[in-house]
Amino acid sequence: MNNLDQIAEKIREDIISMLVAAGSGHSAGPLGMADVFTALYFSKALNLDPKDPWNPNRDRILLSNGHICPVWYATLARAGYFNHDELLTLRQIGSRLQGHPHYKSLPGIENTAGPLGQGLSQAIGHAMAAKIDKADWRTICLLSDGELQEGQNWEAIMFAGKNNLYKLTAIIDRNNIQIDGFTENIMPLEPLADKFKAFGWSVIEVDGHNITEIVDALNKAKAIFENPTAIIAHTIPGKGVDFIEHDYKWHGSPPNWMEAVEALKELRSLGGKITYD
Amino acid sequence: MIKATREGFGEALVELGELNKNVVVLTADLTESTKVADFAKKYPERFIECGVAEQNMAGIAAGLAAEGKIPFITSYGVFSPGRNWDQIRVSICYSNLPVKIVGCHTGLSVGPDGATHQALEDITLMRVLPNMTVIVPCDANEAWQATVEISKISGPCYLRLTREATPMITDRDQRFEIGKADVLENYGQDVAIIACGPLVHQALVAARELNDEGIKTTVINNHTIKPLDKITLLKAARDCGAVVTVEEHQVNGGMGSAVSELLSQNYPVPMEFIGMSDSFGESGDPDQLLAKYGMSIGKIKEFVRKVISRKVVKHNGS
Repeated sequence: MNNLDQIAEKIREDIISMLVAAGSGHSAGPLGMADVFTALYFSKALNLDPKDPWNPNRDRILLSNGHICPVWYATLARAGYFNHDELLTLRQIGSRLQGHPHYKSLPGIENTAGPLGQGLSQAIGHAMAAKIDKADWRTICLLSDGELQEGQNWEAIMFAGKNNLYKLTAIIDRNNIQIDGFTENIMPLEPLADKFKAFGWSVIEVDGHNITEIVDALNKAKAIFENPTAIIAHTIPGKGVDFIEHDYKWHGSPPNWMEAVEALKELRSLGGKITYD
Repeated sequence: MIKATREGFGEALVELGELNKNVVVLTADLTESTKVADFAKKYPERFIECGVAEQNMAGIAAGLAAEGKIPFITSYGVFSPGRNWDQIRVSICYSNLPVKIVGCHTGLSVGPDGATHQALEDITLMRVLPNMTVIVPCDANEAWQATVEISKISGPCYLRLTREATPMITDRDQRFEIGKADVLENYGQDVAIIACGPLVHQALVAARELNDEGIKTTVINNHTIKPLDKITLLKAARDCGAVVTVEEHQVNGGMGSAVSELLSQNYPVPMEFIGMSDSFGESGDPDQLLAKYGMSIGKIKEFVRKVISRKVVKHNGS
């Protein structure tokens, strides 16, 4: 297990601690995206500086499916954007860690999101501003697969394709679940890659738990100058905690104290590979 | 001279484009009718055609504004803010980003296009949103001034415009201040007529005719519905003791409602409301529609008389 994988595990532990302290929130999505967030903020693929979070030349990272924000908060805190102790204030009154992210509420929070389907349009606005200003920075937008059922996304995908926004990258968390069940039962998204291609995007598919693969894809996207890139990250919802993995019932629920103890035990023992007391 | 408020907006935009390089204009397939064609021609690099996609347009504007741009998003009021209210609420207002939402072809006077295209709910939709400023210019000159002024404020703004050419009331040299209502006419203090949009003209004509008939009114152009000019409106209520509001919009939740919220909390007086009475419009000639749905000069005069009859009669102890 390399350094980045260890960071991702620490982020998963933070997520469990935050959710159990908050008593509400989403478990599956944040755990499933810990590796992708680690790749974004801890590799050298993007130009980011936690000590200068609003530097005009930074790459922009926006989150569209706001409900997975515990992973965003935990990653930002681990990366040094704000004090790690503040994580346990998630969803409490007066906290900067709102239940769904609020633009600029914390260093690094680039957008407001909650009602699904809005983030990609916002990201396009950033990318268009960069285009107008002939700036070099890139815009990354994280989306869920289920939220692609919102029509606004397809307005945005069409727009980005037409305008060849090659400095825009969308990362889709393809975890196959949504609140009511499996995406392909609720409202099928496949063939997802072909849909993006038909709208004028390049598509890269990755194992969303292989950080090296994710970093490679981010770098590959930089070398594509014809059109925007969609990275479809195949993930396991709830990744890292056995009883949460793959079960859509964990989309919108937090673990209770007993479950949290179990989850942390599993994460800290690397799935039982090392002994833990 | 007559001219549509959207014309004043389009002319101001071209000048703004020169003055402020951060001004960006977006439209959803309505370049000509929202009067942004001249801007598009002069500053193609700052003009964004979104196609028929108002939700995406609002989101793109939020992103542009976060990067320091001043985006004006243009469409018909029924589509923007009608179609994209959630995007305006979440992506724009909650983030308090300086996106200027320009709703054209509002009100009943869109005429022949019929009820689907007559925005009569937009003031309500926009004024309930925190951080939002709401402005309804009464003529093309005021629309010109309002366009320039809203580009200077740091938060989101809704500018309500109309299709039809309507009489000029103000001039461009006149002082226009966001949040400062203008007393346009002061015949006396029997009733305060508080109006917004091109119907201010009808209010002025009604006031003149009433004056000839011995009823003395004060006419206020209440162009800023949010934030309301509390000082001017409360003074008018105190001075006159009765109010008639006039707007080309649903009475439910519109400008008159905003005024009544203010007065009922601070200085309640009898009020009557000129506007759409909880119904949809229909196709027709604009003047005929305004007459049929109760927004004519005659109706304003009738409501002024009605509200006078409701003023509290002071008894002298007998």
